[in-house]
Amino acid sequence: MKVSRTETTLTHALLVVAAIIAVYPLISIVLSALRGGDGSIGLGSFELAWERGGFGTALLSSAFISITVVVVTVAVVSLAGFALATMRVPGGRLMLPILLLGLVLPYEVTVLPLYQLMTDWGLLDTWWALILPQIGLSVPLGVFWMRSFFASVPGELLEAARIDGAGRFETFRLVLLPVAGPAIATLATILFLFTWNEFLLALVLVPQDPLVQTAPLALSFFAGAGRTIDPSVTAAAAVIVAAPIVIAYVILQRRLISGLTEGAVK
Amino acid sequence: MAVTSATRAVVAGPSGRRRRSPVAGYSWSSLLYVAPALLFFAVFVIYPICISVQTSFYEYDGLTLATPVGAANYVAVFTDPSLREALLHSLVLLVFYAALPVLIGLVLAGALSRIRIYGLTFFRAALFIPQVLSSVVVAVAWRGLLAADGPVNDTLRAVGLGSVATSWLGDFDTALPAVGAIGTWVQYGLCMVLFLGGIVGIDRSLYEAARLDGAGAVREFRAITLPALRPQISIALILCITFALRNFDIIWNTTRGGPGTSTAVPSVYIYQDAFQNRALGQASALAVVLTLLILVIVGLVQLALRERSEIRPRSLRRSGGLR
Repeated sequence: MKVSRTETTLTHALLVVAAIIAVYPLISIVLSALRGGDGSIGLGSFELAWERGGFGTALLSSAFISITVVVVTVAVVSLAGFALATMRVPGGRLMLPILLLGLVLPYEVTVLPLYQLMTDWGLLDTWWALILPQIGLSVPLGVFWMRSFFASVPGELLEAARIDGAGRFETFRLVLLPVAGPAIATLATILFLFTWNEFLLALVLVPQDPLVQTAPLALSFFAGAGRTIDPSVTAAAAVIVAAPIVIAYVILQRRLISGLTEGAVK
Repeated sequence: MAVTSATRAVVAGPSGRRRRSPVAGYSWSSLLYVAPALLFFAVFVIYPICISVQTSFYEYDGLTLATPVGAANYVAVFTDPSLREALLHSLVLLVFYAALPVLIGLVLAGALSRIRIYGLTFFRAALFIPQVLSSVVVAVAWRGLLAADGPVNDTLRAVGLGSVATSWLGDFDTALPAVGAIGTWVQYGLCMVLFLGGIVGIDRSLYEAARLDGAGAVREFRAITLPALRPQISIALILCITFALRNFDIIWNTTRGGPGTSTAVPSVYIYQDAFQNRALGQASALAVVLTLLILVIVGLVQLALRERSEIRPRSLRRSGGLR
């Protein structure tokens, strides 16, 4: 490439600025939390936030809810994706466009009836009030994801399984699942992130019981009630809630980004 | 027998399907595989949507008997001044949440397409950070940044623009653009990462050829980069527009629609009508309108940026499989 050295440098400078702006708000809450209200530097704000905000239980709730949603969703969408990619499913042509609608749907249109439904079932303010709808809302993405993966598996692999006398479920379990590891791992990461960060559903479906509130919801209540609270304590609470996701992100970012961008474009 | 025909369907794959008659090849037992996922989807997505549509034609407080009111709730969506204002705010936010991020992403992508990028993985990871943070964390962080004594105002004062400094989220005139700026921040990294992914797939020899023909940076961008990024632009617009119109989290956790109603958007009214004013019919009608609006705009974007088969950049053919 014959581009001047100056242009290369300037463009990189632009990229550096864009990256700093992207990261700066996160850094700002960390700094603000460390600085403390009285100007001293230390972890005092974190202790206060942890004690007052009940973030220990909130993080556990978020973890339990997200893991359950991911495990159940991956199980049901793998089966459905397998069927839609490799079998002639009656009504299959109708299912895909309907699921496609589910991808762009605003949760606002489902959240009211879900509140009613969970009240009727006596599940309001329990983990299940979040887990069950979140599985339903994750199905469209998951089915498309797994279907496109299974459709990309070479036909020879399936034929080999057939010649060896494998039945349909055996083919799925013994031949396809083992090669689906990376695709499932990326899907699980994306679903975990979406579930962990979901706010509106949590606000509506588990509003009363602090013991089942998710981390973002607990932070919202803590920061909302906190006009009188020291801003550094609010910042510390935000750091506590962000930390598990940011740590996981640092480890998984390659998989997550390539998965999200390539999956989206498909 | 069923197993054999199913396995044949498996082996034949998509191309083999069309040759058989549509009914004979159906594998009814395949429904067992699809059923669990569809059950969750039907009970927790489809059924609630149907209920929302039904409720939207009633006046209902959630407790007493609902009275049918025809389309009155829908008429209110378009005639009630505060709801119309909210829809207007959504359109303003579309500029901040969708147009600006895509433009910023395109400009930077255009510049980056011309050079060899060092540290791409690192930059991608940094740019993507706003996407993984919980919206509540984002809101708390930006409330601090935009506060009267926050870093943004400090910077303005430092460069002699102290007169512009204000409580950005608390001022009637600046609250909507301030909330918009947060959205721009959340989305521009996503757009850039999407476009960077597209650029990596463009055949470098196209640029060499363009330069031999004497094309400048702008023509290069319009002739090569922009057409090649069509699928990425389309998906970026869809993601950003959906995010803009759904936008509840950031507004709820920064301004609650205030001060006054200066940042109120449909989703805030949906929540308030449903859970504070107990006007469930009105809330449902607004939710249905919002859904239709999103579907129509997403449909239009897909139609406008639909791929024409004759221009099919290499990057597309390669993005077929998963990593």
